[in-house]
Amino acid sequence: MRARDPPRSRTHHRGFAVSALRLALRGLLRDLGSGEISVLIVALVVAVASLTAVGFFTSRVGRAVTQQAGEVLAADLRLESPRAIDQGYDREGEARGLRVARVMSMPSVVFFGQESSLVALRAATEGYPLRGKLKVADRPFGPARVAEGIPDRGEAWVDSRLLARLGAPIGSTISVGAGQFVVTRVLDYRPDQGAGFSDLSATLLINMADIPGTELIQPGSRVSRAVLFAGAPREVENFREYLKRTKKDGERLQSVADASPQIRASSDRAGRFLSLASMVSVLLAAIAVATAARRYARRHLDHVALMKCLGASQALVLRQTVLQLVVIATAVALVGTALGYLAQSGLAWLLRDLVRGDLPAPAGDAFWLGLVTAVAILVGFALPPLLQLKRVPPARVLRHDLEPPPLRFAVVSGLALAAVLGLIYWLIRDARLVTYVAVGIAATFLVLALAGWLLVRMLAPLRGSVGVAWRYGLANIARRGRDSVVQIVAFGLGFMVLLLLALVRGDLLREWQASLPEDAPNYFMINIRPDEGDAVRAFFAERGLPPTELVPLVRARLVAINSTPVSDLKFQSERAAGFVEREANLTWARTLRDDNRLVAGRWWSEGDEGGARVSVEREYAELLGLKLGDEVTYDVAGEPVSARVESLREVRWDSFQPNFFMVFSPGVLEGVTGTLITSVHVGPSQRPALVDLVRRFPEVTIIDIDALLKQVRDVMDKASVAVQYAFRFTLAAGLTVLLAAVQATRDERR
Amino acid sequence: MQAERKDTVLATEGLGKQVSSPEGMLAILSDVSLAIARGESVAIMGSSGAGKSTLLALLAGLDEPTAGRVQLAGNELTALDEDGRAAVRARHVGFVFQSFHLLPSLTALENVMLPLELAGRADARGAAREVLARVGLSERTGHYPRQLSGGEQQRVAIARAFVTRPDVLFADEPTGNLDATTGERIMDLLFELNAASGTTLVLVTHDRELASRCGRVIRLEAGRITGASP
Repeated sequence: MRARDPPRSRTHHRGFAVSALRLALRGLLRDLGSGEISVLIVALVVAVASLTAVGFFTSRVGRAVTQQAGEVLAADLRLESPRAIDQGYDREGEARGLRVARVMSMPSVVFFGQESSLVALRAATEGYPLRGKLKVADRPFGPARVAEGIPDRGEAWVDSRLLARLGAPIGSTISVGAGQFVVTRVLDYRPDQGAGFSDLSATLLINMADIPGTELIQPGSRVSRAVLFAGAPREVENFREYLKRTKKDGERLQSVADASPQIRASSDRAGRFLSLASMVSVLLAAIAVATAARRYARRHLDHVALMKCLGASQALVLRQTVLQLVVIATAVALVGTALGYLAQSGLAWLLRDLVRGDLPAPAGDAFWLGLVTAVAILVGFALPPLLQLKRVPPARVLRHDLEPPPLRFAVVSGLALAAVLGLIYWLIRDARLVTYVAVGIAATFLVLALAGWLLVRMLAPLRGSVGVAWRYGLANIARRGRDSVVQIVAFGLGFMVLLLLALVRGDLLREWQASLPEDAPNYFMINIRPDEGDAVRAFFAERGLPPTELVPLVRARLVAINSTPVSDLKFQSERAAGFVEREANLTWARTLRDDNRLVAGRWWSEGDEGGARVSVEREYAELLGLKLGDEVTYDVAGEPVSARVESLREVRWDSFQPNFFMVFSPGVLEGVTGTLITSVHVGPSQRPALVDLVRRFPEVTIIDIDALLKQVRDVMDKASVAVQYAFRFTLAAGLTVLLAAVQATRDERR
Repeated sequence: MQAERKDTVLATEGLGKQVSSPEGMLAILSDVSLAIARGESVAIMGSSGAGKSTLLALLAGLDEPTAGRVQLAGNELTALDEDGRAAVRARHVGFVFQSFHLLPSLTALENVMLPLELAGRADARGAAREVLARVGLSERTGHYPRQLSGGEQQRVAIARAFVTRPDVLFADEPTGNLDATTGERIMDLLFELNAASGTTLVLVTHDRELASRCGRVIRLEAGRITGASP
């Protein structure tokens, strides 16, 4: 016997490929028409739509938050230097389409008649601030409004505290250096006033063009200069890279990423929640698609067996399946993304009153999200059961019980896990979080699978003792044991992630409310002399201000770590180098504050031995490379003071209490002359008390963080609104998807 | 044996099939040798479990034997892989099943077109219409299987089987799901087309009357050929 048929020609192969595509498309259309595949597609569309809606919205809110955080710098990028900064940077920035402004500040003395006071003189060019707004008032501590532009030439906008101290009214003329200025406004708020203590003195803002007239810029004068840049995120990022390469020694570059920790804390939490919500969408979609694809594959076993019986090759079946998946993925990505975009536009429109200002457009990669999601979910969850179709034995047309060889569990779960984790990583780019999620899913999966198996096992003996309908149902569960367990696991996981999301949302909103109550401190008071502490307390009591805790503060410079001078140490980041260059604020404490949490080591207790010890804030320790047991040495008023790192702490910066990177054990710094610091909530009606406080304790500096608080509240408002909506959206989408999956298995379970 | 005849279209030599079972290896089919000539009609008869369906699956290359060889239209099926056997089926084989096996999502016309499309042949539509007319279903081409009676569905299946002008047509209990009258009509149609197109008909049945209409009957018992008539 000898094979008679000639080998298939190339044309025949091409004909085959064309017919595979046509068959695939026709098969798909017919499946669509008959509702065969609609559950899978609806589940995917819902998933892609919800994920992209969350993605688009998160991207927009995220950008809004970043812009708001940018207010802390009054720009997106800020290049600072104590020396004159080359005009070339300004030109390069402008050439790249960025907005550019310059600011300058120096300590000086302001005179009004016989009165004089130290002042931080600031000058700005037109356009300042590039992010955020200046706010001004018409009388000291009066109601503030947004200012247009900057002071005209010959004008000065002056801090309330300074006017109070000088006793100068609006309209009076003050002099700084050789210049004369008319006070036209009270300067209530600058976006870049910050919450740090670097700008302690009261501010006087003038036009940059007036600086030469003051004749204050002399060789050796302590001037700090900065060029500000703002623009579209991509250009800003490119320019940041450019500046990092070209900036000179002594020039310091700050970007939004280095901005205020309080705002970062809030937006990070919101970002994580929204990412979690997106992850839930991914998981739910995956569950629904896996269920629908299994069902689709099961229902197509006979179909494929017949096709093979009639002469279809394995390659044709595979090509047809893959083509159908590609068509589905593309169509779903387009439709889902469009729906997602519409949904988030609706969301933004609904929130138009709640979200101050316009939301920026979403980032470009949000548009890829739909396609990546559809492909990842289809490949991870629909491909394995569909690939099985290729291996259906053609003899199934004669013997219906013939099945394709079962898929290897490792292949199926490996592919699914890889798809989900890959997608989640792509979404949130946080390896640690992805690891937690992976472990969590795996553990839940195992528990649910075990519970499902036990349940199926335990139900079997009950069949004898129940009615007919129940017996039929129980028999059905037992007969489809493996499928029953799979469904228990799928729906269990689905509901678990929804529940988890609900829990996390509740926690998050509660935590936010708790972290920033209405009476959160809105003023910091620093430079309080230790011997005046009691007097200040008495003043507070007398004026009806809340009782306050006065915390010691000692300024010192870090000189050595483990006896190696810091000048010999290399620090990885600019931030770390910046911290070391500046004077540090140290304090000491007997007990751990409520808004601090130990993450390593131990807190000291009364009477324990061991000499000078220090507790370090975790992130600060990481930046400086400090570990438990390391020895840090500070130059405190000319004397070296060494202490051993005994613990690491996490600090809730958004509590707005006086908090420190370095907290020493008692008995080390008490002898050093320092100052006291406190924070207090002052209501609008109590503000005049502040004028009296400045008069009575002239060396006390008041720092108004009301504006910063408002910024943080604004971010939290936006974030919590986004969280609520993302939650409801995910919940609705999740339930839809689960319902679709239940629907998908209904005919199987009959 | 007739295997030596010149116009043999289907032949087996020492064909056997064993499967593993909890009790060890189980022989479903043993040492089956037969030869079927072009244009012949052959009934394979036997009780349930005699191995009829297994033999059919092996003859059509739907399954692989554990022993022996099968030659179909000059192709050594046992030397081909699954795709090779599928290609042979596409060119030389038609099927009619007890439960019709029409695709519910395709119309009558599309069901008949399917084997032509799978073989990549041009003018599938025209050929399918022609065959549907021959089985008397010109008016029903746009109907879905669920809109057709059992007899009509089987006629669509017969049209699908003949549309590729196969050398061999395998029919597995083609009247098993039909009432007596309809069954008879279907068989008339099957034999008529068989005679007209010169197709070889291999029919699996346990209906004696049906078997008696075939030119030859091969009896199978416990996986072995126990007799052949005439």
